[in-house]
This record gives sequence, C-alpha cells and structure tokens, in this order.
Amino acid sequence: MIDVAVVGFAQSPCLPSAGTTSGVELLVPVFQEVLASTGLAKQDIDFWCSGSSDYLAGRAFSFVNAVDAIGAYPPVAESHVEMDAAWALYEAYVKLLTGEARTALVYGFGKSSAGQLRRVLALQLDPYLHAPLWPDSVSIAALQARAGLDAGRYTEREMAEVAARSRTAALGNPKAQVSGTDTADDLLAAPYVADPLRAHDCAPVGDGAAAVVLAAGDEARRLRARPAWITGFAHNVDSPALGVRDLTSVPSASAAATAAGLRGDEVDAVELHAPFSHQEILLATALGLGDAVRVNPSGGVLCGNPMFSAGLSRIGLAAEHVMSGRADRVAGHATSGPALQQNLVCVMEGA
Amino acid sequence: MEIGFDYTRSLGPVLSRFMTALAERRILGCRGSDGRVHAPPLEYDPVTYAPLTELVEVGPAGTVVTWTWLDRPLDGQPLDRPFGWALIRLDGADTAMLHAVDAGTKDQMRTGMRVQVRWAPEPVGHIRDVACFEPIGGAAPASPRSGVDPVTMVTTPIHLRYRHTTSIEESRYLRGLAEGKLIGQRCPACGKVYVPPRGACPTCGVPTVDDVELPDRGTVTTFCVVNVPFPGQRIPPPYVVAYVLLDGADIPMQHLILGCRPDEVRMGMRVAAVWRPREQWGTTPQNIDHFQPSGEPDAPFDSYAQHL
Repeated sequence: MIDVAVVGFAQSPCLPSAGTTSGVELLVPVFQEVLASTGLAKQDIDFWCSGSSDYLAGRAFSFVNAVDAIGAYPPVAESHVEMDAAWALYEAYVKLLTGEARTALVYGFGKSSAGQLRRVLALQLDPYLHAPLWPDSVSIAALQARAGLDAGRYTEREMAEVAARSRTAALGNPKAQVSGTDTADDLLAAPYVADPLRAHDCAPVGDGAAAVVLAAGDEARRLRARPAWITGFAHNVDSPALGVRDLTSVPSASAAATAAGLRGDEVDAVELHAPFSHQEILLATALGLGDAVRVNPSGGVLCGNPMFSAGLSRIGLAAEHVMSGRADRVAGHATSGPALQQNLVCVMEGA
Repeated sequence: MEIGFDYTRSLGPVLSRFMTALAERRILGCRGSDGRVHAPPLEYDPVTYAPLTELVEVGPAGTVVTWTWLDRPLDGQPLDRPFGWALIRLDGADTAMLHAVDAGTKDQMRTGMRVQVRWAPEPVGHIRDVACFEPIGGAAPASPRSGVDPVTMVTTPIHLRYRHTTSIEESRYLRGLAEGKLIGQRCPACGKVYVPPRGACPTCGVPTVDDVELPDRGTVTTFCVVNVPFPGQRIPPPYVVAYVLLDGADIPMQHLILGCRPDEVRMGMRVAAVWRPREQWGTTPQNIDHFQPSGEPDAPFDSYAQHL
C-alpha cells in the first residue's frame, strides 16, 4: 500500500472581484507559493489536476486557458474535473495510489463574480424538472434551512451564532473576504435575504484560487518534516430529486465520513464546507463531531467561498494544522450540488 | 455578454409520459420499490436504483412541506413578482415537488398550507406547463383535456449574462489597438514574444512584462478555407482563415485573409493588415478588418517552421 500525504497548500485571498475568467492571474502566484513551500520545481510534479467550471467562466473548455499558468513545456500529465477541486484532489490521490505518479499538484479556481452566481448554479440541477424553473442556490438553501427549523434541528439564533463565531475566527485569516466582531444579536437585526436566511447565513460571492501538493511515501517524508498523511478519503452523493431527500439530514456526508474512517470524537480540528450557516450544524451532526473538535478555525466558507477552490482549501487548511504541528488528526470536508447533495471527507494524520 | 442556447432533450419512457400528462393538465407520479409515490416521477428508484415504470395520477392540490420567499425574482423564474418557492407534497404523493407559489405576500406562506396547481394557458408538455401553485380558495384548476400527442422531446432556452474582465496585459493590447499599434509582450524567462499578450508565458508559466510593439505585417503559417455557412457569418464562403505570424512575434494570431482568391493563399505567403477607417477604431481587435497579400516574396519555410 502506498501512503499519500498533503505536503503543501496555498490559496489566493478571496475577493469580491479578482482576475479574469481564465484563472491565470490568480493561479501564477499560488503555484509559485505552493512550489516554494515544498522546494519543488514544476518539472518535479508528475501529475496536475484541476477543478473549475465553464458555467462560471461563460466559455467552453475554459480550464485549458489556465494551463498557461503551469508553463506546460515540456508537456505535462494533466486532468480536470468540472467540480470543486477537492474532487480533483481525489483523482490525484488515486493516481498516486496506483504508483503512476509520486507527486501531484491539484488546483481549483473560479471567478464567481463574472455572472450571477445564484442563478448560474440553478444549472447544476436536473435539466428536465428543476433547472427550467431557475431555482436559485440561495432559495434552495433557504428551503433546507426552514425544513431544519421546522424539525427543531436548530434555531435562527443558533444559525446566527455560527456566523458570528465564523466571522470572529476569520479576523485571524488574511485570506478571508468577510470578518468581524458582530454578535448574534447584531446579525439577527438584519433583514431576510431569503426567509429564513439573512445575509450572514450565506457565503459571500467571491473569486479565488487554491493549490494542494500531494506526495507519496518517501517523497513526502523528504519534502516535509511532518506530512499530513491521508488515512481516509471518500465521497458520496444523495438523490438529485430535491423533494425525495430529507433535507434535515445529510446521509451522503455520513456515508463519506464512515468510509473515510472519520471518528468525530478523535479529530482535533475540522474544516467544513458549509456555504450556509445551518449547513454547518447539519454537517456537524452528520459527521458526529464531538464538542471538543475545533470547527472551521479559518472562519469557514461563510467568510470566503471562492467556487471550485473552496472545498480544496478546506483540505489544505486542515492539513496545515498537521504540517505545522498544531494538530495530530484533522479532517477536511467539501460539498457540491444543491443543499449539501454531494459530500467528500478527507482524514489526515501527523504520523 | 449574453450567451444562450435552446437545449433540446429527448425524454425517456417515464418523463415522456409525465410531460404528455402535463400537456393534458394532469400530474403523474411514480410508485417506488418501497410503495412510496414520488411526484414528479423518478426514472430510477432512490433506494434500489431499479427502473420505475408504474405511474399514478396525483394532485392537482397539495401541501407545502417547506418554503422561502423571494422579493426580487431572477430572470427565467416562474413569476416576475415576489413569490414563494416551496416543496409541495401533492395529494396522493409521499415526496415533494419544487415549484413557485403565487401567494401575493410573504405572510400568506406557511408550512402546511394548502395549494393547488395553476396551469399555463397553453400546455405543451414541459415542466413550465405548471405555471405555478396558488393558495386554495379561488377557482378550481382548469380541467384536464385529452387527445394530446405523446411528448418525446423538451426544449428549454438557457440564457446567461457575464461581465468579462480584461487582464492588465489584454488592456495594454486593446489600448494599443485604439492607437493603431500592435503591442505584444516578451517572456522574461525564454524571450518569446506573445501577441496578444497573455497572463503568463504558456511555456514557462511566468507573467510577461516587457511591451514589444510589432509591425502589422507577417507570414501565413497555416490556413483553412471556410466552405461551411453558419448563422452570423459575415462573409459569404468560401473564404480563408489563417494563422498570421507577425514579424518579431513567436505566436501566430488568427485572422481573415481577403484581397485574393482563396486558392491563392499558401503557407509562407506574406500579408499586411488592412485597418478599418481610423474614425471607427476602438479598443477592439476589430480595428483590423483583415489581412491581404503584401506582394513581398514568400517567406522561406524555415523562417516559420518552429511556429506551426
């Protein structure tokens, strides 16, 4: 069995508007930073894999432009997923497990601000019954939020407390788009955006990019004193039929956590990809997180959610806790699709 | 910039019957392996993944399972005035359907409220035949009709708007064009000159920084003759689209070759830009209308062999 570890992570600041839809301007400094942090040169990377979306860019095959940022000469081995780059990380992880590559650089990027994001995301729904109605992503999340409120899973105050804690945590995160010292009371005074969601319950629309370097076995030990070894990695999906799902639970997240061997009472810190405040509460339950677990010490995606790289960044941020020695066992989570439909869990350990 | 496409999709046996029923002003669900009725119908069982075939009629009224309220509807949504989104469990179904509720004001919405379908005036066999739902209390929904031909296809127009941002390098290039100049940039690592300039040298992966002004003439490296008509075509075919390697550049640009017969265009042909009248110039590549033969002797193959 080949052991695979995260050995490097870098992300751009999350900004309301940055770069072009090609991603090149955002990716060049991110690549330079992540390669410098590992001591690798681009020639040392055996496999490149990216996550992005033509629907965000408004152009076909938009990821091909981003390859400019690699400097792909001599030619490189490269792949792409039309998903958050956390799923590109999964592809690269499997590639390293096969032994066909010893190092991989995985990157995600997206300019969410080029279009109307909540409307663009309607097109990830089934094209016969849902997408023709243009149900926007915020409204769908609001349907889920109310279902949870009606079921007594949480209160609007508890949702606001998630947002307040996230914003306070983000004060220490220079890459965050939103941060602040507002209390739950302050936040609850704001009007609804989509009842029962207020602005603080929704991730801001932002542009950004991120990159993670994976390495196998001795290569990882050579590059890092303390690699973040991946001990479990899994992803699952729930039905695309919104009305069939019980929106107050997240079976696919629970299944991914089980398959990845996540023990919710044995991790030190978890980075959850919860673009809406109530989703953090639903995910903490689905993953069985204990009270002692530090959840989203970065501030989470409520403070910066650059589409197609935010999920990858959850894993990179969690890995940094291990690489820096602040934690022994962590997990990163990524989501995609409407109302937490798809979920991915990556468990990492220091030794 | 607006992009749009009318997506036309074929329907399988389940959705074909569902859409045909909508055209008849009836709503069908399907019975799953556990006996639950799903409306709208599923093609495959959510528990066993077996194909589902037993369709049953549900509705036309139902109960709101969860809801939200949208003060400012977005383009393409079912209503253009404030409305509620809801998951609605239709009478006779066990799972819910997503749609809009025309409730007038938010205070009319609540979980458990009873609603009924409002049909579009002219059903065609599309999910939008359900115009929306409305609180029960007014007139009953329009009656079903018969004699509808089976619906096997649906067409859904999709339109999205984007605002594209130019990079710093592209801005220099476009501003140069407005002054009748072609501004490329040189890679600091390998020395290659790119026009238009890019965010990074595709060979080295480093940003290009040094501006290089290039002449408006060059060499045809390769070309094709366009014989196929297509919507929006500016020039009647046949005509030539070519890669033109400007003198001093390391990457060719694609452009039209006019001013000669298509069968006269050849690799190595020397060409010069034909600019539009100066008063029509803007920050756009359209300032150069096309390239035409310059009359110079052909460039030797070796001079552009590395740029094919």
